[in-house]
Amino acid sequence: MLDARDAAVTEQALPLPLGSVRFGSRQKKDGLLATTDDTDWADLLVKVRDHQDRAAFAALFRHFAPRVKAFLMKSGAGASLAEECAQDVMATLWQKAHLFDPARASVATWVYTIARNRRIDALRKARRAEPEELDWGPEPEPDQAEVMEAQEETERLGRALAALPAPQRTLIERAFYGELSHSEIAAETGLPLGTIKSRIRLALDKLRHQLG
Amino acid sequence: MTIRHHLSDQLLMAYAAGQLPEAFNLVVATHVSLCDECRARAGSFDAVGGALLEEAEEISMGEDALARALERIEGLPQATRSEPLKPAGIFPAPLADYVGGDLSAVRWRKVGGGVRQAILPTSKDATARLLYIPAGTAVPDHGHRGMELTLVLQGAFADENDRFGRGDIEIADEEMEHTPVALAGQDCICLAATDAPLRFRGLIPRLAQPLLRI
Ligand SMILES: [Zn+2]
Repeated sequence: MLDARDAAVTEQALPLPLGSVRFGSRQKKDGLLATTDDTDWADLLVKVRDHQDRAAFAALFRHFAPRVKAFLMKSGAGASLAEECAQDVMATLWQKAHLFDPARASVATWVYTIARNRRIDALRKARRAEPEELDWGPEPEPDQAEVMEAQEETERLGRALAALPAPQRTLIERAFYGELSHSEIAAETGLPLGTIKSRIRLALDKLRHQLG
Repeated sequence: MTIRHHLSDQLLMAYAAGQLPEAFNLVVATHVSLCDECRARAGSFDAVGGALLEEAEEISMGEDALARALERIEGLPQATRSEPLKPAGIFPAPLADYVGGDLSAVRWRKVGGGVRQAILPTSKDATARLLYIPAGTAVPDHGHRGMELTLVLQGAFADENDRFGRGDIEIADEEMEHTPVALAGQDCICLAATDAPLRFRGLIPRLAQPLLRI
């Protein structure tokens, strides 16, 4: 078992290819923990969803638009196309906010799926079939423990990604940035995906039960 | 309905990463529509994409980007929740969308031996088609390179080792040799996707020919 300091040293020692994970959120800045990751993105998106809150939208835009742009550029889009697509993705976030359920997925995961679909559209000019929507809307009062668990998954996965040996992490990045064909993708990620799967599975079972 | 044959992690990850040919996307989305287990697994791979997005370096947006976005959403109505479209027939929503309706909307073409097929419009890097195989008939022999996915929508087929019913997916590579036969009782309807355009060979008389492969 590594203690926290060892883990930090291990992370620092890893080479950081362009586009790999940042560690800023876990480093101290001027003796204070950086606060960016403490922002409750789900709360902001729920404000967009329920109250068309423009200030909340602006905060989400400042955080996610530059990341979506980077994601699209790493997937092969030029700067101006990536900028336009990032605009589209954020507009979709506004328009489809009614589909966001904080108990199902983190905001980052939700934004990722919108960005990925926009990329398929823009770069591959192909349709993407989406699974049938389920009869589950966002619940009016979702279980707060479930919400917290779903929202924390992104950070936990980020830490797990950072802890992977660099070659393995690079393979995952290359898969998601479109540098590998589907037959080249290695599904063994070394990431703790089982817990996430189980959480979603439980939510689905609950929903099926409610629908009777 | 109990689904026993599921998508592979490789396919689910490629789906989450947006790297599947359109025809494969369609098969995956159709299976996921029927299968909560694979829906949950797909969700866990989406979360990897979310973590990568969150941890990615940022590339600054143009100076007026936020102002433009705020202006844009000003005139943009938020959609409101509508009841999800639940097709009444045997095709889950993503497939019904490609077909333009349910079974009655399929434009079948005969390929011999009572078997019919309908190619669905997708990008050319892979082929998606519906297959109609009368009960008790062997699945037609069509050579394929690369990977082939076959999803059962109605009826069932079986080979030497296994039975595939509604919702089950068979993942075959080109080396696979087997002789699937649509089971008696109900005509079998499948959605299949192949990596390369399929080449139907001359139809071999069914049932008389024991060595067929899909
Ligand atoms: Zn499944």
